[in-house]
Amino acid sequence: MTDTALLPKPSTQPGFGPVLEPSQRTDVRAKTVSAGRRRTDKVATIALWCAVLAAVVPLGAVITVLVAKGFGVVNWHFLTSDIPSVTGQTTAACRDITPAFRAKYGINCSPPAPGMGPAIVGTLISTGLAAALAIPIGILGAVYCNEIGVRTRLASAIRFFADVMIGVPSIVMGMFIYTAWVVRFGTNGRSAFAAALALACLMLPIVLRSAEEMLRLVPDELRHANLALGGRPSQGVIRVVLPAALPGLISGSLLAVARAAGETAPVLFTIGVTLSLNTSPFGENTTLAQQIFSGAKSGLPLANQLAWGAAFTLVAIVFGLSALARFVASRSSKVQKG
Amino acid sequence: MTLNGLSVFYGENLAVRDVSFGVAANRITAIIGPSGCGKSTVLRSLNRMNDLIDGCRVIGDVAYRGIDIYAPDVEAVEVRRRIGMVFQRPTPFPKSIYQNVVYGLKLAGIHDARDDRVEHALRQAALWDEVSGRLDSSALGLSGGQQQRLCIARALAVEPDVLLMDEPCSALDPIATARIEDLMAELSERLTIVIVTHNLAQAARASHDTAFLTTEVDDHGNRTGVLVEVAPTDRLFAHPIDERTEQYITGRFG
Amino acid sequence: MTTVRTPSPSVLPAHRTDGRNRARSGRRLDRAFSGLTLTAGLTILATLVGVVLATATFAWPAFRAGGIGFFTGTTWSSQTNTFGALPMIYGTVVTAVIAIILAVPASLGVALFLTEVCPRRLRGPIVALIDLLAAIPSVVFGLVGVLAFHNVFQTVFRAITGPKANGSSLLTAGIILAFMIIPIITSIPREGIATVPGHHREASYALGATRWEVLRTAILPAGSGGITGAVMLGLGRALGETIAVALVVGSAIQITPDITQPGTTMAEIIANRFNGEGMGIERNALMGLGVVLFMITIAVNVAARVVVNRAQRRNAGT
Ligand SMILES: Nc1ncnc2c1ncn2[C@@H]1O[C@H](COP(=O)(O)OP(=O)(O)OP(=O)(O)O)[C@@H](O)[C@H]1O
Ligand SMILES: [Mg+2]
Repeated sequence: MTDTALLPKPSTQPGFGPVLEPSQRTDVRAKTVSAGRRRTDKVATIALWCAVLAAVVPLGAVITVLVAKGFGVVNWHFLTSDIPSVTGQTTAACRDITPAFRAKYGINCSPPAPGMGPAIVGTLISTGLAAALAIPIGILGAVYCNEIGVRTRLASAIRFFADVMIGVPSIVMGMFIYTAWVVRFGTNGRSAFAAALALACLMLPIVLRSAEEMLRLVPDELRHANLALGGRPSQGVIRVVLPAALPGLISGSLLAVARAAGETAPVLFTIGVTLSLNTSPFGENTTLAQQIFSGAKSGLPLANQLAWGAAFTLVAIVFGLSALARFVASRSSKVQKG
Repeated sequence: MTLNGLSVFYGENLAVRDVSFGVAANRITAIIGPSGCGKSTVLRSLNRMNDLIDGCRVIGDVAYRGIDIYAPDVEAVEVRRRIGMVFQRPTPFPKSIYQNVVYGLKLAGIHDARDDRVEHALRQAALWDEVSGRLDSSALGLSGGQQQRLCIARALAVEPDVLLMDEPCSALDPIATARIEDLMAELSERLTIVIVTHNLAQAARASHDTAFLTTEVDDHGNRTGVLVEVAPTDRLFAHPIDERTEQYITGRFG
Repeated sequence: MTTVRTPSPSVLPAHRTDGRNRARSGRRLDRAFSGLTLTAGLTILATLVGVVLATATFAWPAFRAGGIGFFTGTTWSSQTNTFGALPMIYGTVVTAVIAIILAVPASLGVALFLTEVCPRRLRGPIVALIDLLAAIPSVVFGLVGVLAFHNVFQTVFRAITGPKANGSSLLTAGIILAFMIIPIITSIPREGIATVPGHHREASYALGATRWEVLRTAILPAGSGGITGAVMLGLGRALGETIAVALVVGSAIQITPDITQPGTTMAEIIANRFNGEGMGIERNALMGLGVVLFMITIAVNVAARVVVNRAQRRNAGT
């Protein structure tokens, strides 16, 4: 630095040509960006639009198909009646008997009307129980990670493994509850409760992580204010931090519930099957997702019809929950902005 | 460059109204004014950086060598190739020093004498002596003042005709500031500089012409920037014509 | 903002006298609360350990009977009690790779689109649509794929690869998986890219870069850690996705290089075959597949998380 000051100043006339020709320099209209760059930019822009289409078109397709095939199936009777048996024997037998015979003996040969009541109830029970298990534990765990054990190794381990657990295939949770619960109780082990256990395993890390993000948004000033007023840390959490984060906690939990409500794999081996209403958490039950799965595998039109109706109902429930979560979250951001 | 009836809207808000003044070639023009009066807004409309902001609309025209840069047949990219910009905070890319300077050359597809050009740009920015031995080390390892000069070098490498600087010294200490001011004086031999500054002493020291903007508040409480006075710096500081200019430069503003 | 109410009774003299009592009970409250939250947090770790132990124990007889053949065998038969998982492993990998190949460019495209190309007014709606895509249950994707689009897939595949192609195939599963993981792969780079300091972007524009050049040189590199991690998370999801694949993959236990032929995956065969008690050692073997699947996805997710966390820390740091 010191002796460079003595060096001669570099000549102002460098030994290379100008970046822009003088004529280009004075005329901003001159196109100096090469045709190649221009083309790349255009192509890239078009490609990005296509990417968005690729993501949005299947969504549109799924929703269109669901509405086209499912909407007509869903009515009050569908939502409340038992699930018909779809073995097809009735129709086969009916082919051989006359209408007069049918009328005389009161044999009903029209195909059974589709119904999904038990599956809706089963979905509500299993998801509700799972939420009741996973949401409190998840939020308390988040409180540990963000309030009680902040910056401890254990907290980061919990956070890390929660993230990892979110990525565990849901069918593994089903198999886990199958071995840990269902086989212990033999055939009686299958129930909405067992399914709820599997769904809770699935929800727990989701709730924990989203709750933690929400707690992190609560400004430290609130915690300090509690301490400065002589409050205990636990009081601060209960009276100040959790209420401040409440809308976010609710919306995160709702999203987790929505996710669980649509899950099939954890339910498959844990809930058993039933075609009639079971409002108890115990005893075999069924869910919409499970009915869609079995209906989709079947070759019978009635089974397919049931599946479409169930799918329409399920997607309506899931989207409804997501919309509710969004609404709560938007309310909360408005409140926070003042 | 000349600004003629420049007004800028952000969405529905009129941020700057009807600003007209000329920027003389090979001179340093300072834009001063209270915070929020639209200095940055005016500066950013000189090389169409405002195009990047959603909802920003520019009315009036900004002529560069007699051609309106907002004319439909002028592309923003072409404008920015000729009118470079240095920002308030140093903005080195997280790459090596060399890669930072060569970035614009790569974009422009200049292959010949890259090393020479990089050296030349760094010398012009008075940074060569400090970094010549470590061109391959990260630009983020430089001090704030060095980073800012690196950003100047990066802008100079593509040989702009005009250099816009938005409070380039506000994140720097007095010594680094002085170096940048010297640098501007040297550079003004070859290019035109427009600098936004909050530091009146800097404007007085380092610029040839000064434009003073201020905020007007209308009956509805909308705040809009307007040009009050533009004059050679000596004249403006010694004999301000407008009362508001005088209040501002004597520190009796607001 | 939440107002903090002063606990007014505590300043009354009567309460001051038993201050020490209150302090003790307060401390006890603190301790009880900490214990409660700690237990809740540990539940996560306990569950993971539980999953490993319970499933591995259950699967053990199958592993022991099959030995290394469990991983290398190509027949899966409950008649002969031979259980070789290679066709499932093959199908799982193939479908996941197809999904990644299709989903990564699309997801990156969406993420970049949202940051740089999208008109502001469209941004909210597009993000909402992508979130909706993520919210669709996988069984619904499967249902639509098998009942509504089977013939569409079949026609298209046949037009491209010849008359043997099947509408229920590894490729179908890969395509459906791609749609399912697009939201996942999009969301993390979206975060990462959003945290790219705005000034990098502006500095590039100021040097005369075109939009694509800004994306490529200033935005993509800054998001690269997040992108890698997100791709791996997407991979994890694609490997373990069950129900949609179970419906569209065609359920054929075979290893075929022709991806337009039916195949199987680990999750598929579990979902379609596992029916509990009374199925003999196949039940343990299927559980064994579950264990393998679990291990693979854990490994992928751990790696992904390490990458994502590092990227997020770096972004937060600058
Ligand atoms: N991106 C934007 N969107 C909306 N409004 C903006 C935006 N940028 C600036 N504004 C508004 O335009 C007005 C002028 O802002 P500008 O940044 O140009 O002021 P400034 O004079 O540079 O202030 P400072 O001295 O603080 O940098 C302000 O009222 C500001 O709120
Ligand atoms: Mg400014």
